[in-house]
Formats: sequence, structure tokens, C-alpha cells
Amino acid sequence: MRTTVSDDGIETVLPSPPGELVQLLDPEGNRVSDPLYDPYVADVTGDQLASLYEDLVIVRRLDVEATALQRQGQLGLWPPLLGQEAAQVGSARTLRPDDFVFSSYRENAVAYCRGVRLPDIVKVWRGTAQSGWDPHTVNMATPAIVIGAQTLHAVGYAVGCLRDGVDSATITYFGDGATTQGDVNEALVFAASFHAPVVFFCQNNQWAISEPVGLQAQRPIAERAPGFGIPSIRVDGNDVLAVIAATRRALERAHGGEGPTFIEAVTYRMGPHTTSDDPTRYVDPLQREEWAAKDPIGRVEAHLRERGVLTEALAASIADRANEVAAEFRAGCVALENPAPLSVFDNVYAEPHAPLARQRSQQAAYLRSIGEVAE
Amino acid sequence: MTELTLAKAITSGLRRALADDDRVVLLGEDIGTLGGVFRVTDGLQREFGADRVMDMPLAESGIIGMAVGLAYRGFRPVVEIQFDGFIYPAFDQIVAQVAKMHYRTGGAVRMPITIRVPFGGGIGAVEHHSESPEAYFAHTAGLRVVTCSTPQDAHTMIRQAIACDDPVLFFEPKRRYWTKGEVDEDATYPFDRARVVLEGTDVTIVAYGPLVATAIDAAIAAGDDGVSVEVVDLRSLSPLDLDTVEASVSKTGRLVITHEAQQFGGLGAELAASITDRCFLHLEAAPARVTGFDTPYPSARAEEHFLPDLDRILDAVDRVLGRANALTGWSDS
Repeated sequence: MRTTVSDDGIETVLPSPPGELVQLLDPEGNRVSDPLYDPYVADVTGDQLASLYEDLVIVRRLDVEATALQRQGQLGLWPPLLGQEAAQVGSARTLRPDDFVFSSYRENAVAYCRGVRLPDIVKVWRGTAQSGWDPHTVNMATPAIVIGAQTLHAVGYAVGCLRDGVDSATITYFGDGATTQGDVNEALVFAASFHAPVVFFCQNNQWAISEPVGLQAQRPIAERAPGFGIPSIRVDGNDVLAVIAATRRALERAHGGEGPTFIEAVTYRMGPHTTSDDPTRYVDPLQREEWAAKDPIGRVEAHLRERGVLTEALAASIADRANEVAAEFRAGCVALENPAPLSVFDNVYAEPHAPLARQRSQQAAYLRSIGEVAE
Repeated sequence: MTELTLAKAITSGLRRALADDDRVVLLGEDIGTLGGVFRVTDGLQREFGADRVMDMPLAESGIIGMAVGLAYRGFRPVVEIQFDGFIYPAFDQIVAQVAKMHYRTGGAVRMPITIRVPFGGGIGAVEHHSESPEAYFAHTAGLRVVTCSTPQDAHTMIRQAIACDDPVLFFEPKRRYWTKGEVDEDATYPFDRARVVLEGTDVTIVAYGPLVATAIDAAIAAGDDGVSVEVVDLRSLSPLDLDTVEASVSKTGRLVITHEAQQFGGLGAELAASITDRCFLHLEAAPARVTGFDTPYPSARAEEHFLPDLDRILDAVDRVLGRANALTGWSDS
């Protein structure tokens, strides 16, 4: 049994034995039966799985394109999500439109699934804006760069949903490194105390830049949550079907007024921390090879081919579609223009601020005096 | 008009804000059942419910971070930080999230969060209970920083802070919590302007929060000595109302600035630089600062040796007038 209920009614979903992962598709693409989680994906048709496969292929293609754009000087920096596609797509595709996302900076596939416009995904990384989109248009907050800060925002938003009497859920994404941060631990306490409808979605990609997960956690991270009074699920983060099942279960609890759930999606960061990083200094190539064999896309592809859903023609059309999206992404990126000089003064405050207005007008006068265009 | 203590004037302001706007929620440690350690929120949870006046787990970063999420959802959170010296765990959420969210999102997300902070010394407290951290926040773009010195301002300004669409650090001069004064709940005046509280012609003393009363005492004492002192209560520390200070110093030609906070990099330094820039040709003397020393806040029985007082302010008044002075022996002539 994975589920236990304590005397005070707190349900704990823990793998047994410890460390076991919820897995519905093994690395070879075989469907693994799981009595607890099978019902959560019983309605997923072959066509829907093929659509998820397309998402996985597209977000990986976009990620590769972004790295290329960085190498060509079009982006200042890019944090690749290579290897984490299933964790992000599986969870994001499970959300309702009215659910709200508070993410970290690597969740670019989540942003894609939420419907963020392609060029808006790279504004921050090109340096043309501090955020790419209006959070309220896609119900996804501007990603947090400070590690773990967003988990508290998720709790506040979720408590706001309770106060408003709506059943929307909030999901917050963070990494294994973030679980050491005070903010994340505070967020877990606050969420438990206020029974907040939050899904804590930890992508354990094994690395916090160069630091292995063992430096953050000596036990599976999912084991921490029950200590806070929050049920947790440890799921194969490279298995899109299992991620969907786990997220559906967590969202079912959130939407149903049962409070927070913690998901540890065990995955692997196959690329560098960012394009500025050099993982050859710290990654064991053998370990990386082991994880390459657990690729999140390969297993869906094998499964769909076995079922006869993914034909050569469909695979080719998906590859073409991914290339089209990547081309659109590139065109949108290089068309992003640099901000005007005086735009640095915009939106510091929502209400009038006399000294800043004075500073702005002095800078405008200076720019005019040296023949520069200010606006 | 009602006579209230400064603390109760804040309470009545919070009560009005809660009644006027159902998006206003109060968050803090011990603010509900207990009514706050200074009783500023006394009775509000009973009146408005535990959903609107929420006792929070003991984590300042957590409280501010949660306020960010509530603001995202369209609420107007009012956070009580129990004491000045306990705000530092929340520093990251305040300067990296609260202050920058509106800028970061290109104006799409507003942070109408009020952070109430009882501040300053003079109450004989243990360490971390007497600090004046306002300069950290005044230095941070995106925040507004205000403080009050009278019950009237306490009432009006807390309501203005809550109604403001920008985040506001609201510093409450805790040693003046029991000062009584008339409060007109319907009074209206600008939020971010300094106020000339005493007119004079020879020297301008600029003060804020707990030291406004001390500055007024100094002005009266100087008047007995034939020196006409103008006292300006800054009220808003960010933005600074430099126009009002400039007008005063252009008239008097002499500026004394006083605050409890340490001198280095403080509000006094900013004022001295800005007013020197604006009033250089009017100045008869270099601006003088009377502040806490550049030491940690000392123990309770030593705080009188740290805090600016009447005599130290009068000494500075003498200095900007170029008078030999018994306390320092300093003379311009």
C-alpha cells in the first residue's frame, strides 16, 4: 500500500519501499500497471498521448533552438530544460486554465504549454525585458530567479483563492536545490497550516548547478513533505504518463479542498545549468549515459510505435511541425527590439513619484544635449 | 475629532481600511487573538474575522512572500512586522520581490502591500527591538517609505498607505505610541509631502518619526535663546519631499538633520547632498547631522548615550550658526 492515513486524518502517499517511483511507462516504452495511479490516466487515448509526444518533441526542439540562439549572440543566456520535458509538459498539460503557476526560470516548457507567445519566452534571456508576459493573460507568474521565492507566492495566491471561494489550484515549480531554502520550507509550513490548494512540484534534476542532490538531501526529497503534514508522491519525472497521473491526483486534492500535495519528479538535467555553465567539470559521463537511456521522449515514441499510433508519416509531420515552431521562435526572437533609453524609468511605481520624474527629465535633457534619441 | 493615542489612531485607521475595502487583509504574528504586542490590532480579528485578520506562522519571509501571492490575487495585504530588528529575514522578499514586481512585469502586477514596522529606540528594550532600518528600504527602488509623528498622521497615513497601489513601508515610532492628539478621520492631505510644523527664519531642523517631538522641543529652547528655528517633519522618506526642505533652507540658510538611525549612508546624508545641490548659494553653513552613532544599537541602559536628544540638536543648531559651543568647543570664528 502506498497510502497511509494517520490518526488525525492526514493522508500520506509514499512509495513503499522508500525510494520507489510511480512509473506507468518504463524506459523501453512498456506500460507498467499501477493500481493506484492507473485510474488517473485511464481516459488518455492514443491520440492524446501522440499529442503529448508532439509537445515533448516541440519543447525539446525549442530548447535546442534557444541554445543555438545563445551561441549566435541572440540571447544573453539560456537555461536548457533538456531531459526535463516530460516533467514539465505532463504537469502543465494537466492544469486547468484557471489554475495558476508560480515557476522558477527553467520551466520554459510550462510557459509554452500555458500559451505564452514564443518571443515572450525569450525576452528575459535576450535582455529586452525583465519578464516576458502579463501573468494574468496566461495564469502563470513571471518566473522567479531567486531560488525558492516563488513557492511562498503560490501559497499566498492559493489562500487568496480560498478567500475568494473559488476552487482553482496553484502549482509551484522548483528544483532539488531549492528544497534547502528557508522560503520553500516556510511555504510548506504555511500551506499546511492554511490548508492551501497548492501543488508543490519539485523537479529533482539531480543538480543545483554543480552541486549533486546529495548535498541538499540525504533521503528522497518526497519523504520530507509528510513531516510538514503534506502528502507526497515520488514519480518518475521522465515518464509523462506517470507525471500526469501524479499531478491529476494532486490537483484533485487541491480542487476538492483537501489542501496541498508535494510531488517529487525524479529526472535529470541532461544539459548545463545554463549556457554559461561547463558541466564537464563535475558531471560523471557514465551517470549521464545511464540517464540518457531513460529519455522521456524515447519511451513515449517506442510505446506509440508499438501501439501503431505513431506512424512514420505522423512522426515526420511532428518533426516538420517542430521545425516550423522553431523557425517562428527564432524569427520572433531576433525581431525583439532593444528598449528605449528612458524606458528604464517606466513602471518603477504605479503612482506618481516626483523625484524619479525629475531624474527622468534630467536624463532626457542630457540625452537631447548629446544628440541621442531619448524616447 | 477624537482624542487618541498614536497607537489607537493606527488601530482606527486599520479599522476604517478593513471596513472600506474587503480586499484588505491583515497578516502578522500575534495580531489576532492577542491584538499585537503593542495592541495596535486589538479587537480587529473579533470585528472582522480570522479570515481578514490572520495570525501567521513565525517566519517573516514567509509572511511577506505570502503577501506577494495575495497581492497577485488582487488583495491588499497589510503586514505587521513585530519589531524593527525582526524584518531582516524578510529582506529578500521585500527588496527582491515586493519592490520589483511592478517593474519586472512592466506594470502588469501591482503590489499594494503595506508593511507596518514599529521602529526606533527609547523604550528600554533588549537587542533587536530598538532599530531604525529605514535607510535600507529608502535605498530600494520600487518601495515607498513613510513614518508618522502624530496621531492624526498615524490615522490618515496608514489609510493612505493601504490605499496606495505601490508597496509602502510604514514605520511607526514605537516610543510615541502613547502620545495623545486630536484625530479627524475625514482629514485629507497629500501622502508624500513634508510638513513645516513650526515656522522660523534662522535654522531649519529636519526630523521624522520619533524625533519630531524632540526637534520641536529644541526649537522652543532655541527660541528662548533668540534663535528662530523652523521644524520640518519629513513624513515621507521615499520619495523625499525635497521641494519643501529646499524652500525652508532657501529661507534660513542653515540645515540640521536628525534621525535615530546610524549616520553613514543614512537619510541625513541623502538630504545633505540633495539640499547642498539645490541650495548651495543660500547655505550659510554646511548641513549638520545629529544621528545615532555608527555603532550597533547599544544596551538599554546606554541608549541615552546613543540617541539624539535636545542638547545634541541644540549643539548642532549652534554649530550651523557659527557659535562657539560649551558642549563641543567647536567654533567657526
